[in-house]
Amino acid sequence: MKYAGLLVMPAGFLLSIAAILLFPAPAPRTAFALCGLAVEAMGLVVAVRGHMQSRGDTYQ
Amino acid sequence: MTQPAPSPMIETTFALTLLLLLVAPLAIAGVALINTGLGRSRSAAQSLLGCLAILSTSVLAFALVGAAFAASTGADHVFHLFGKPWNWAGAGPLFLGGFAAAPARTQLAMLFELLAVALVAIIPWGSGADRFRIPAGTASAVLLAILVFPLLAHWTWGGGWLAQLGVNFSLGAGFLDGGGAGTVHVLGGLSALAVVWIAGPRKGKFPREGLSTAMPAHNAIYVLFGCLLALVGWLAWNMAGSILWLNAAPTALPLTAINTLLCAAAALVATFTVTRVRFGKPDASLCANGWLAGLVTSSACAGLVPPLAALFAGLVAGVITPLLVELFELALSIDDPSGAISVHAAAGLWGLAAAGLFSPQQGQFLAQLIGITTLLGFFLPLIYLIFKILNRVLPLRVDPDGERLGMDLHELGGGAYPEFVVHRDESYR
Repeated sequence: MKYAGLLVMPAGFLLSIAAILLFPAPAPRTAFALCGLAVEAMGLVVAVRGHMQSRGDTYQ
Repeated sequence: MTQPAPSPMIETTFALTLLLLLVAPLAIAGVALINTGLGRSRSAAQSLLGCLAILSTSVLAFALVGAAFAASTGADHVFHLFGKPWNWAGAGPLFLGGFAAAPARTQLAMLFELLAVALVAIIPWGSGADRFRIPAGTASAVLLAILVFPLLAHWTWGGGWLAQLGVNFSLGAGFLDGGGAGTVHVLGGLSALAVVWIAGPRKGKFPREGLSTAMPAHNAIYVLFGCLLALVGWLAWNMAGSILWLNAAPTALPLTAINTLLCAAAALVATFTVTRVRFGKPDASLCANGWLAGLVTSSACAGLVPPLAALFAGLVAGVITPLLVELFELALSIDDPSGAISVHAAAGLWGLAAAGLFSPQQGQFLAQLIGITTLLGFFLPLIYLIFKILNRVLPLRVDPDGERLGMDLHELGGGAYPEFVVHRDESYR
């Protein structure tokens, strides 16, 4: 699950790059870039949840 | 025909920048002292020696290899996409080729980047305290110095695609990061997150039942003195960064210094208040974290925003830092003894956003936002992948016996405080 989250994060980065390439107007650019940031945040949440699940008993 | 005399103003600027860069290492000393104080007494000598070893290896690796990719030359690696140039890596000479004859400004930029790469590599060392081995720490520093930091340094400071967002996409003045909030602190903080994810928590930190075990800082004096030392270094660091990367005139430097101080002071007051309200008494470790978070925030915005905005940015950093430290430890099971993820990564990201929010320049917020998404979406997965591969070759974590003994005895053969009576560790239940 941690890897799934970390794989989602570059998608958010590419989304923000797409924002500046595809939209010349500032408002849709910002909205699209914020969506990219939101995707990264979701990826991070998934990765953190994966860490909490795998924290397990290894080092207790 | 005689050559025209160099402009005295320019010479003064060079001399001032050099002087500031000679004081800037105090920021590294402060962070090293804070990391050591926040760890346990049985790992104190290993922590400080590790800092020196990591500083040395990262500086050597960057000078010999990494600087070639960070450098800004006329022949950088560029590809074209949608009709726009994307400058993604420098193409300077390896092994410091021709560096002795480089212009003074290039040499000053190199000195700044050498200090920056050392600080980037030291930040995750504090998060891995009490379990991160020196050989693995130095290896991670080398990888950061040749694979990761040069890319971001080039993109931000070396005329790379982030710096050119203003020219190519009309986004303000491009991604701005004078004091290295993103290039140094967020990168270091994200490396710290990767290290604690891979190395795991300290033994006994998260028992099967009940709350996590408190493992308090072993020396609050180191921690708080480190904060004062860091302030001196940070003032010099931010001013030198403003001259080198924001092309600030010397007359603009007092405002940069004032903003740095306001940011740190507001952050400390906020953290002091938050911990006083939450725990009934102010918490020294968390206050130190808040102070440092204010300084990290100032790295992004000290040279760009008005004083009141800097004060507000510091205030927000001071409020969120203790809450994040608590959230990471109690709710997310992340064992980060130095609080680097909250202090360097989170506060750095906030600082970058604040610099865009309060900058008078049109489009600057979006430029800063693109920088933030690059740090999170490109560099965090990259660093995690690199450290994960490193962990296969050279385990980051010490073996259980070494952790039980303490890193000083295990790795150095002697403790930092040989005359102290050592008590049984209650965390091993």
